[in-house]
Amino acid sequence: MKINNIDEFNTLKLSLEKAFKNQSKKIIVCGGTGCVANGALVIYEKFKMICEEKGLNVETILDLHDDSPDKLGLKKSGCHGFCEVGPLVRIEPSDYLYLRVKEEDCEEIIEKTIINNLPIERLMYKIGETVYASEESIPFYEKQSRIVLEHCGHIDAESILDYIAVDGYSAFIKALTTMSPEEICNCIIDSNLRGRGGAGFPAGLKWIQVLKNQADIKYVICNGDEGDPGAFMDRSIMEGDPHRVIEGMMIAALATGAREGYIYVRAEYPLAIERLSKAIEQAREYGLLGENILGTNFSFEIKINKGAGAFVCGEESALIASIEGERGMPRVKAKRPVEDGLWGKPTVVNNVETYANVFNIINRGSDWFKSIGTEKSSGTKAFALTGNVMNTGLIEVPMGATLRNVIFDIGGGIANNKRFKAVQIGGPSGGCLSEQHLDLPLDFDSLKSVGAMIGSGGMVVMDEDTCMVSVARFFLNFTQKESCGKCIPCREGTRRMLEILDKIIEGKGTLEDLDMLEELGDTILKTSLCGLGKTAPNPVLSSLKYFREEYISHVVDKKCPSKVCSKLKVIYIDEELCRGCSKCARVCPVGAISGKVKQPYVIDQAKCIKCDSCIGSCAFAAIKEA
Amino acid sequence: MMKGSMIIDGRKIEFDNEKNILEVVRKAGIDLPTFCYHSELSIYGACRMCIVEDNRGNIFATCSTLPQDGMEIYTNTPKIIKYRKNIMELLLSNHDRDCTTCSKTGNCKLQELSSKLFMQEVRFESKTRNEEIDTSSLAIVRNPNKCILCGDCVRMCEEVQGVGAISFAYRGSNMKITPAFNRNITEVNCVDCGQCRAICPTGAITIKNEKDELINYLNDDNKRVVVQIAPAVRVALGENFGLEPGTITIGKIISALKYMGVESVFDTSFSADLTVMAEAEEFVERLEKKENLPLFTSCCPAWVKFADFNYKELSNNISTCKSPQQMFGSVLKKYYQEKDKEDGKETIVVSIMPCTAKKAEANREEFITNGKKDVDLVLTTQELSILIQQFGINFDNLIEDSFDMPFGFASGAGVIFGSSGGVAEAVLTRLLKQKPSVSDKEILFKNVRGLESVKEANFVIDGTEVRIAVVHGLKNAAELINKIQSGEKTYDIVEVMACPGGCIAGGGQPTPMDEEKRKKRSNGLYTLNRTAQIKSSEENPLINDLFEGLLKDDHEILHVHKK
Repeated sequence: MKINNIDEFNTLKLSLEKAFKNQSKKIIVCGGTGCVANGALVIYEKFKMICEEKGLNVETILDLHDDSPDKLGLKKSGCHGFCEVGPLVRIEPSDYLYLRVKEEDCEEIIEKTIINNLPIERLMYKIGETVYASEESIPFYEKQSRIVLEHCGHIDAESILDYIAVDGYSAFIKALTTMSPEEICNCIIDSNLRGRGGAGFPAGLKWIQVLKNQADIKYVICNGDEGDPGAFMDRSIMEGDPHRVIEGMMIAALATGAREGYIYVRAEYPLAIERLSKAIEQAREYGLLGENILGTNFSFEIKINKGAGAFVCGEESALIASIEGERGMPRVKAKRPVEDGLWGKPTVVNNVETYANVFNIINRGSDWFKSIGTEKSSGTKAFALTGNVMNTGLIEVPMGATLRNVIFDIGGGIANNKRFKAVQIGGPSGGCLSEQHLDLPLDFDSLKSVGAMIGSGGMVVMDEDTCMVSVARFFLNFTQKESCGKCIPCREGTRRMLEILDKIIEGKGTLEDLDMLEELGDTILKTSLCGLGKTAPNPVLSSLKYFREEYISHVVDKKCPSKVCSKLKVIYIDEELCRGCSKCARVCPVGAISGKVKQPYVIDQAKCIKCDSCIGSCAFAAIKEA
Repeated sequence: MMKGSMIIDGRKIEFDNEKNILEVVRKAGIDLPTFCYHSELSIYGACRMCIVEDNRGNIFATCSTLPQDGMEIYTNTPKIIKYRKNIMELLLSNHDRDCTTCSKTGNCKLQELSSKLFMQEVRFESKTRNEEIDTSSLAIVRNPNKCILCGDCVRMCEEVQGVGAISFAYRGSNMKITPAFNRNITEVNCVDCGQCRAICPTGAITIKNEKDELINYLNDDNKRVVVQIAPAVRVALGENFGLEPGTITIGKIISALKYMGVESVFDTSFSADLTVMAEAEEFVERLEKKENLPLFTSCCPAWVKFADFNYKELSNNISTCKSPQQMFGSVLKKYYQEKDKEDGKETIVVSIMPCTAKKAEANREEFITNGKKDVDLVLTTQELSILIQQFGINFDNLIEDSFDMPFGFASGAGVIFGSSGGVAEAVLTRLLKQKPSVSDKEILFKNVRGLESVKEANFVIDGTEVRIAVVHGLKNAAELINKIQSGEKTYDIVEVMACPGGCIAGGGQPTPMDEEKRKKRSNGLYTLNRTAQIKSSEENPLINDLFEGLLKDDHEILHVHKK
């Protein structure tokens, strides 16, 4: 059903708002990737089946023709963020959040909570004896400011009707009917919205440059090639609120004069691709995309481009090359994409989260946006909180929140009563920060000043059992493999750095190797062609800076303080404790243990592969690690 | 557009439309090192050698930065020198540094820059790859172990030749340059032009070396070795012996070949005259019948192969005349038939060419008669240079010799076959009743000479207007063909040369070459053209003798008969 003009849109919106309210109760099953992997879709179907069996007036899609006031909405939402304890089910209007819901819990939820309005405590979040009934009261949520993620967990991610019912596309209509392209650009410039993809370049400046560059064709590109290990912010937005992204792109198109848009999504995000495709299809069906949108002379089309799994395609010039059908390799051009972008035309490239911010900036104004965050980094930022933290998941905080806020207040501190050691922020391009940085505000410039970066927002928390050399190696191994291979410093330099790290981990490193790591890191950082190379040494350089003593233990003492590097471990048998039972010798897979029964056994260090099998087998705790 | 001045190493340098800072720096007399920068190719920015530092401490590659008024840069600060050397060291650590046995030694850009940067050590363990060497091609050899991934060959093949036979595959330190699906180069659309070899800074792409075969032939008492030399060889070979591009060394080349034991040395320009005669005849016939026009020239085997791959529909438009090399092969084999019978020897026809594609051409089945190749062996300018050195011939002191008869005399028209526009000019000269004087020619053929990518001219021959196009570089050719096929352009005769500038810049010529060198080589040929005793092919008395004698009733051996 095509909407032909603004009036028709407003009429539809009114009826959708009413229909949304008529769903007096809602069961919102998290349809984010984490929960889906844990069986959320099965739970969704189960709810549907039970409701139908019980003759409840259940509605999975807003029905404008059914005016009955007491309908039960059943929705598949975007990621609620609290992936650690999924599958999540939210009940409205009581706002109960049920955790780790299983198929067999569904009957009870319907019976108790939906029909009889009773909470089920055993499915609720608890800290000690305290039960947190509503989602909003849980510390994980309470300390967040969910603006970009506001719809995730509240509306059906697959329905344009839900989106319109909660004011969706109103920012686009406002821009379309009341703002000139310059006004839109200026509003974004004034808001100081900086690109959420990593570099933090002001989005509005890109827009106005594209607007000013005369060309027959211009493009708007949404960068959804989120490739950092441990990052899933953009994925969650694309999966959870795809229309938000589309609306942001439409406003960018209005502002710049573009008529075509591309969303570049990695193929590893099938759900995001599916939901975006559905959303685009629906927007087209309702006349919000295509020719003469809402009867105006504004036309805009969006295509989805699937990335083939190269991290470097998140770099904008490589992304553009990839869309053009070329090998995804960064290009050097004297002119930036705003002048010479996709197929040589002026092009806006922003990331998913950046576009998702546009809606509120247009609707609530740039001053409102600037009131959130810090002076130079306005607004909020979504982070993917992972690692050794109590509460892992997707979070959103105002820029300027400290690492301590995020890790301890929201994340609930370090899991298993361990001590905090480090946090890797910004993925493989970011840096390893230590305890001394816990009160550092999370914003573009503060992080850069300590050799890290917001990047796209991955945050891996590490406890005392983590070996920083191994962590640095992990990230460098990633960038080394994902380097496109074009420029020499990145291609050869990261490989050599990785070799040195391997040497150190194997106990063959020297102090000179540490100097070489720094020298190579500096060369790669300063001379690489693109952002991948220019940031690839960060994990190594920052860990060398903040955890140098750990590197020194590896190269001088030949010890891994966290006992992670197996080659540096020595496993020995305590003569005093060994009873000579021979069990260890029998479990050893490489025949490294020998001895005479009833006499202490010995481990041949040359043969030992440090598999720890013997340690587990010893009934007398005679086998030890040093 | 962009004018202004900048400070380079403390000196004020004016810039005026230079396309990047690198050009400005070079204009200032500082030769910043580069591997991947070539003014005729797109900017690639991969080698990072051309980095500089500005007064704010920013470091950037000059190849991909526009000059700005008031900019202040330093090209050799301690930091920059350190970075540059580190990059070089990384590159060397991964390279097959077996220089003493590398055919590129002495002419290798990696070696040269390594020496210029005074690289004294490589602190990393050598990591030479162990990739299979691709020897499948008749024209070139690809040794991936010597590749520094500068991408010059990839861009040359795609941007200049429009072929795209090779590209990048895999990521990071596993990246390599390869034909699609790791196939051999012969299993893809390579046209053998050898431009990849000509631009390769290292020994990763080299000419298929067949020089030893010549030595074997020369030492076989049952063989008589006769040689033909293409025009472009004589204006380039001298570069390998310290002479300026364009220096004419044909007398010394003949001398050297005689020294090696070659019985007779002939001039391919002679068979170029023969080609002119045959092709002019063919053209007039087509023009009268108004069929199969435009006539495309067939002298360039890389172009012929390119057309085989991409423009099957043009097969009737391409001239049926054999190329000068192959015409000569047929003529020589016929000429020596009786003599061979008399003295029981076998005549071996060897050609010295500026071209790698000629090696492949000689192996095409239509040029094999009764199981024997019309041209037995094709050596490039480079292979001949190596032979001269290997024989210990002091090239400087050689006394000049001249071509042997009866195929050692050519018109000025036959000589310029080696430069883009030369074939077209020669055919036109043949057809014009009123032969232009040397000075008239300069004006008359102004539009077909020179290094512009596409040249057009109109001539009136016997009252009919003849529209002519001259194109070099296969990508330019493809674009021109598209225009012809869409009806945007109409011509009667189109000369196509695969290599930029024509045969003077062939894949078998001395390297490195740039626009300047091409110009000088081309000028060398036009000097020969001006000073030639006869100007037009049909005035060549030897040609007439041939038509009266050996080729009487057998013009067919001048044409290709596809099998």
